[in-house]
Amino acid sequence: MTAVATKSTAHSIVEASPRTKAFAGGFVILYAVITILPLLWIVATAFKSQSDAIAYPPKVIFEPTLEGYVNLFTVRTRQTPEFIAKLPPPETWYDKLVRKRDMVIAGPSKVVPRFVNSLIIGFGSTFLAVFLGTLAAYAFSRFRIPLADDLLFFILSTRMMPPVAVAIPIYLMYRQLNLTDTRLGMILLYTAVNVSLAVWLLKGFIDEIPREYEEAALVDGYTRLQALRKVVLPQAVTGIAATAIFCLIFSWNEYAFAVLLTSGEAQTMPPFIPFIIGEGGQDWPAVAAATTLFVVPIVMFTVLLRKHLLRGITFGAVRK
Amino acid sequence: MDTMTTILQPDHATIPGVSKPVKSRAGRRVHGLSDRAIAWLFVAPTIALLLAINIFPLIWMIRLSFTNLNLSMSYLPLRFVGLDNFRDILTDEDVWFRLQTTAQFVISSVALQVVVGFGLALLINRQFRGHSFWTTIILLPMMLSPAVVGNFWTLLLQPQIGPFNYLISLFTGVPPSSFSMTGQVSLAPWTIVLVDTWMWAPYVMLICLAGLRSIPDYIYEAAEVDRASPWRQFWSITLPMTVPFLMLAVLFRAIENFKMFDMVNLLTSGGPGSTTELVSISLKRAAFEKWRTGYSSALAIILFVTVFGAANIYVKTLNKVKQR
Repeated sequence: MTAVATKSTAHSIVEASPRTKAFAGGFVILYAVITILPLLWIVATAFKSQSDAIAYPPKVIFEPTLEGYVNLFTVRTRQTPEFIAKLPPPETWYDKLVRKRDMVIAGPSKVVPRFVNSLIIGFGSTFLAVFLGTLAAYAFSRFRIPLADDLLFFILSTRMMPPVAVAIPIYLMYRQLNLTDTRLGMILLYTAVNVSLAVWLLKGFIDEIPREYEEAALVDGYTRLQALRKVVLPQAVTGIAATAIFCLIFSWNEYAFAVLLTSGEAQTMPPFIPFIIGEGGQDWPAVAAATTLFVVPIVMFTVLLRKHLLRGITFGAVRK
Repeated sequence: MDTMTTILQPDHATIPGVSKPVKSRAGRRVHGLSDRAIAWLFVAPTIALLLAINIFPLIWMIRLSFTNLNLSMSYLPLRFVGLDNFRDILTDEDVWFRLQTTAQFVISSVALQVVVGFGLALLINRQFRGHSFWTTIILLPMMLSPAVVGNFWTLLLQPQIGPFNYLISLFTGVPPSSFSMTGQVSLAPWTIVLVDTWMWAPYVMLICLAGLRSIPDYIYEAAEVDRASPWRQFWSITLPMTVPFLMLAVLFRAIENFKMFDMVNLLTSGGPGSTTELVSISLKRAAFEKWRTGYSSALAIILFVTVFGAANIYVKTLNKVKQR
């Protein structure tokens, strides 16, 4: 698993021949293109009109419109053309767009509060999980803790439990504590799920920081806490950031707990998106618009994280 | 790999190459807390949180699993029914049928992901130009929200308007509205396997790639000197040396798919009928639609025990891979 293995010199006999490379490259690119098509289709659907979105045969070329996005952010009512003709002229471009469909905007939709919930719950639980996780990981990395292996297994096993099964007692407990459908309840729950990942990942990162630095700091008269703050943490910054992004992605994407334990107040985006409906069923352009806005940050984070992805999905065990 | 061979090292280990003597614990205590106190102070909050959010409710649930609690009829007196719930579950044909559906889903999706993922890893390992860019593209699906994925695939798979059926009909000539990937008993089980593979084959790929890259070049060079055929090299070097990594991926995917809920719930919601009703979906119906809390607690505990056992094997594999 050394870096040497990834680099083969030009004249190495292990190096693939140009023809093999071209074949491999062609196949992988084909797979990548096929795999990305569904996502591109959704991004394109967000710019279709309702009739283009459900046209047969499916339309690849269409006239782009922002209707999907307007529909996502607003609640509209259908009016008679006569009524609309009597109204003062539309003030904004989106008013105009909506009126073309014989509708008027009645107010904002719930998408912004749901987005805000996703952000608050995501960042809240990430902050807590990374904070607790850093402390615990440091302790597991540097001190002799009795039954450390068992504790670490216990911490990880909590994450692997089926969410629907976990939700049953949590639902009952939150009902007693008045935490059902509250942001605080969801933050606590997601923190508990994320902290296990945070401990395992951060332990891996902190294990890699040589102890010499700390030992030197301790000799110079620093206390443990000072050494942690001034020596270890600055070195672990990349690891902490990567861990935070993984936690954020989990909370952002989580659906099972959200759909079972929230209904309004604290509902996040994943359970909300499938229920964006227009007249007669799902409003696909609006759903696609919501999906696009929801997925864009994830795509950005994936690109940022690509060097650490392997660590993240193996709880820090495999590092390239 | 030396830096991560041992999981725990004594905190007062002397480090070779450092000339300064390491102070004893007693010496440190003079300024600040002792290491022991700090260790507990740092670990305790995490353990406390997990006890409160995971273990306490779990114990509560174990208690409930011996009762007849039904939240939609909470006026009924709470009665302890002993092992009745467990007996009901284990003798219920429906439950066995769900387990069978789940097993089929787990086996076929993981098998397909191994084939696709391992194949892709072998190809990407050829290091063609631009391989890291295309790898990142391939990795995107696994980072998305399974629920959102399940939801947008319902659009892609719509019989009339969806592009999937249209493409199939272009290639095969079958009319696009003559089959429904999510609505047909014969197709729906394969649909969830297909979408799951789209999403998670990259996961297997990424781990296999790490396995392939862990094989030092000199082994292949030696094999080349011995004139081993590429086929032979694959079977006696590449495959055996990637197996621990493959195991890691297989175990994790199997656990994840055994408890699969979100993607399938939005893609088929267990339908048509109950052809894709996996255990988790069945559990959700029992617990949050029929509100049979006692019964579903018992079912949940059975799932817990299964996953716990599998997680144990997984962590053992994890530590084995780590030590390489």
